[in-house]
Amino acid sequence: MEYRGKAWRFGSNIDTDAIIPAIYLHTSDPQILGKHCMEGIDPGFPKKITAGDIIVADENFGCGSSREHAPVAIKAAGISCVVAKGFSRIFFRNSINIGFPIFESEEAPGKIANGDELIVDSDKGVIINVTRKEEYKSIVYPDFIKSIIVKGGLLNSIK
Amino acid sequence: MGMTITEKILARHAGKKEVLPGEIINARVDLVFANDNTGDLAVDQFKKAGFDKVFDKNRVIFVADHFIPPKDVSCAEQSRRVRVFCREMGLSNFLEVGRVGIEHVLLPELGMIKPGDVIVGADSHTCSAGALGAFASGVGSTDMAAAMAKGELWFKVPETIKFVYKGTPGRWISGKDLILYTLGQIGVQGATYKAMEFSGEAVEALTLDERFTMANMAIEAGGKNGIFHVDQKTIEFLKPRVKTDYEIVSSDPDANYAEVHEYDVTDISYQVALPPSPGNVKSLSDIGNIQIDQVVIGCCTNGRLEDMRVAAKIMRGKETNFHIRTIIIPGSQEIYLQALQEGLIETFIRAKAAVSLPTCGPCAGLHMGILGEGEKALATTNRNFVGRMGHKTSEVYLASPAVAAATAIKGYISTPEEVM
Repeated sequence: MEYRGKAWRFGSNIDTDAIIPAIYLHTSDPQILGKHCMEGIDPGFPKKITAGDIIVADENFGCGSSREHAPVAIKAAGISCVVAKGFSRIFFRNSINIGFPIFESEEAPGKIANGDELIVDSDKGVIINVTRKEEYKSIVYPDFIKSIIVKGGLLNSIK
Repeated sequence: MGMTITEKILARHAGKKEVLPGEIINARVDLVFANDNTGDLAVDQFKKAGFDKVFDKNRVIFVADHFIPPKDVSCAEQSRRVRVFCREMGLSNFLEVGRVGIEHVLLPELGMIKPGDVIVGADSHTCSAGALGAFASGVGSTDMAAAMAKGELWFKVPETIKFVYKGTPGRWISGKDLILYTLGQIGVQGATYKAMEFSGEAVEALTLDERFTMANMAIEAGGKNGIFHVDQKTIEFLKPRVKTDYEIVSSDPDANYAEVHEYDVTDISYQVALPPSPGNVKSLSDIGNIQIDQVVIGCCTNGRLEDMRVAAKIMRGKETNFHIRTIIIPGSQEIYLQALQEGLIETFIRAKAAVSLPTCGPCAGLHMGILGEGEKALATTNRNFVGRMGHKTSEVYLASPAVAAATAIKGYISTPEEVM
């Protein structure tokens, strides 16, 4: 799979309260959650992005609570994937489980600036920075995890 | 090569002789639970996937604790959908206001957690149950739905970090100070994807309640689980609660650890996590004079009987500072009742503190104690992210029940010695 879009840069330890504040947890509706995506750190974020854009962050993205509302909100806002140096483990599981692609790359986040045009190739494990004409490596997942994403999430894969 | 307690539990539940860190396994789960908030999404996922029955009616539990009693129509609807689902599935385990507590306090109390179990809960603080020698890990709602349907779930076997605590802590120094100190040392991603194994003479001396506090905050270091070995104190705790057999599992002497950290607790003083990170930990003596608007004593981290006793001992015969709002939240109905019978609730009320029914409430900024613009809280809770307890400019300081009680009296972050 290939994901193409503009990079939106965030730092380290972006917690789930920043991704979707607890005041919106009274709903599970992806459309409502998507409208408040990243509101705890960047109010108005969903209005700034174009469908397909990519969130790029540093360490420990998605730390904090187990709320699946966090990857649901990012996905519903129209973000195509997240690239980070590392993810918190529950956010990692939740994303894979809902079939939302996320990519770990030690190298890429440090070299990507806000607004760079990116292409993420999940099969080859490369991230192409079209703006800077650079290429970075990302982790290629084991087949088990790839198959969950390809099937559109955990529940589809165990049915 | 020997295995750690975490590896052994996972191997047994995957039907394997041994497992190695990094290996992906399918493991049987002994208990699956969610709350009124995450449960709604799990039920939704379960239905959308077309499942029509749960793997075992006695091993799937919903605990209403986040928004109880419901604070508005949306929350009432979340609870109602979970309630309807439980009736449809024939589950008797939707625990509601009046017979409930905060899930991580309540389930061990009800004897639902046994040593050697694999437990998943759709709440990040599920790791609390590791205090009883179980593998317990927080998951999301889709994981919950899958586990409810199949009774098994995929796991990547974690590496283990061993923490060894030596020495004897000071008079009011508690498990909360030990875990905050640990977070200060290793940071909020110091144990990401890893098991945290707590050991040493100083944790053996802790009460079970304090061990729950430590295991509870494993997630704040990014840990997959926090775990303690079973000892005589654990067995005493389990005796009146768990009526079925369980297996005590221990780490092998030649088990492999990714890291080993040794701390001498003798010199650890009162620890405070400053906003906006549970890893931003300092000694209370180094933070200066910080005026507080609200004190919260409770939560899945510190809402147990021992916490109530400590707070009451410090507050007895005194009155909380006029400018402070003090909210005390016993973690379960049983703890509330016991606190009532011991006179602790009377102590709190005479001290001009408000006592709430068991709920997650203010900890996650849900209800029952939201902060306004620029306000500061000192809480025994587990997270102090930006806006966690309310307005985005409000701040949360994390500390032990002893420090919280002293702070309620003085009005600024204080030690128990300043009021005793």
